[in-house]
Amino acid sequence: MVIEVHDLLKTFNGTTAVDRLSFTAQRGEILGLLGPNGAGKTTAIQMILGIIEPTAGSIRVFGQDIATHRQEILQRLNFSSAYVSLPQNLRVMDNLRVFAGLYGVNDWRPKAMELLRLFEIDRLATRKTGQLSSGESTRLHLCKALLNAPELLLLDEPTASLDPDIADKVRKLLRRIQRERGITVLYTSHNMREIEEVCDRVIFLHHGRKMAEGPPRDVIARFNQQSLEQVFIRIVRDGELQSSDQKPAQ
Amino acid sequence: MNLRRITALLLRYLLLYRQSWTRIMEIFFWPVMDLLVWGFLTSYLLQVGSSRVPALITFLIGSMILWDLLYRAQQSVTLSFLEDVWARNLLNIFVAPVTIGEFLTATFALGVIKVLINGLVLAALAWALYAFNICQLGFTLIPFVLSLMLMGWAMGMVTVALIMRWGHAAEALAWGIPFLVQPLSAVFYPVSILPAWLQPVAWALPSTYVFEGMRQVLATGLAPWHMFWWSLGLNVVYLTASGVFFRHIFRVVRTKGLLGKLGME
Repeated sequence: MVIEVHDLLKTFNGTTAVDRLSFTAQRGEILGLLGPNGAGKTTAIQMILGIIEPTAGSIRVFGQDIATHRQEILQRLNFSSAYVSLPQNLRVMDNLRVFAGLYGVNDWRPKAMELLRLFEIDRLATRKTGQLSSGESTRLHLCKALLNAPELLLLDEPTASLDPDIADKVRKLLRRIQRERGITVLYTSHNMREIEEVCDRVIFLHHGRKMAEGPPRDVIARFNQQSLEQVFIRIVRDGELQSSDQKPAQ
Repeated sequence: MNLRRITALLLRYLLLYRQSWTRIMEIFFWPVMDLLVWGFLTSYLLQVGSSRVPALITFLIGSMILWDLLYRAQQSVTLSFLEDVWARNLLNIFVAPVTIGEFLTATFALGVIKVLINGLVLAALAWALYAFNICQLGFTLIPFVLSLMLMGWAMGMVTVALIMRWGHAAEALAWGIPFLVQPLSAVFYPVSILPAWLQPVAWALPSTYVFEGMRQVLATGLAPWHMFWWSLGLNVVYLTASGVFFRHIFRVVRTKGLLGKLGME
């Protein structure tokens, strides 16, 4: 297992953000973490990254406890979020150079250029990051996230700022890279069609609790709906229904 | 501690300056303005006071230069952190395999570079404009500067911890905290000028020994080494205490999930 989350609990001043969440992710799997705003997705991801301390429960990544082996674990994973940026006043290649240093990437320049080419932004290598469009910035952030050849990638709404054409290209590219390199991906998005297309398995969260889990098609069938979007709406509008027609998935 | 990661962080902060003339100017602008004001004030006092104002008044220029070095050391720690907050890059740094020690070491190293550059520029200007030679301080200059840097780093750690804990609302502390200790450090006047009840507080600050020591060197030509040792000893206490404080606040921040908020706002 790449990720093993067991009975994870996080409370902030008496409010439960993540409620006894357990799940696993296998090598080479793309796992979608879904739910409305405030469902606990970001908190769960930040606990896996070790920047939020859980109230209770355990997180093991690559078989090691994040609480005691954070540096070793972070060396082998990477992260990209639509809500985080790279320094705007540094050039594209300078940003990649800095992060190559932070992740100890040897011979970083050809690797960085290859990634820029893959994401079709190699012509921007000497441009200041602040001069990039939001779509180009997102792609640069994904280059940064792949620079250390991670075994685990945490992607928080990675295509949020992309137009449909680029978003489609990026999804296909991510899927290709993920298959070729056998990367495990933990993926959050509010775009349910994207999730259906990209994820092997999904977990629905609501009020920090796991409401459903399984391959997208199975989850859609279990809820007697036509699409993940309909499942999403049903879960959000009736957060307590998990006990009525199905148990929370294991 | 991984030297490669420290170098990468240092590079991240240095590259900001390679790309921007305005940032380079910002390093020099305020110190040079301060030097001009204090330098011309000193010249004026010497001119009108003639026999009543001792030549020793030139210590005002030395005080201003040394104060700026303390300020720069503190700023290098806090502004490096704030750069990543403003750039929304903080999470990228803290989810990389970077330790807190490596992050702080990189900001300390940036402080050394800034202090060296600033010190050289100000010393050269003071000599050229006012014939004030900071090297009058002799060999005491190096330990005094070192001592001020240590205190600047300690103040920087406390400031960053407070910003992490209270977020953007506490950003003004980055510039405010040094000025909280300035009146008590006896930068431009001796400790004896302070009210009696404040003097023990002043003597509890490492910087006070440096500024008092500097005045003694300029007045007597003798190096007050005991002042340096007091200053160094207090710095060890302050650095240890601020390190413990920083670690404690970092734990609180992780428990409350504040780092993610600060990094994404």
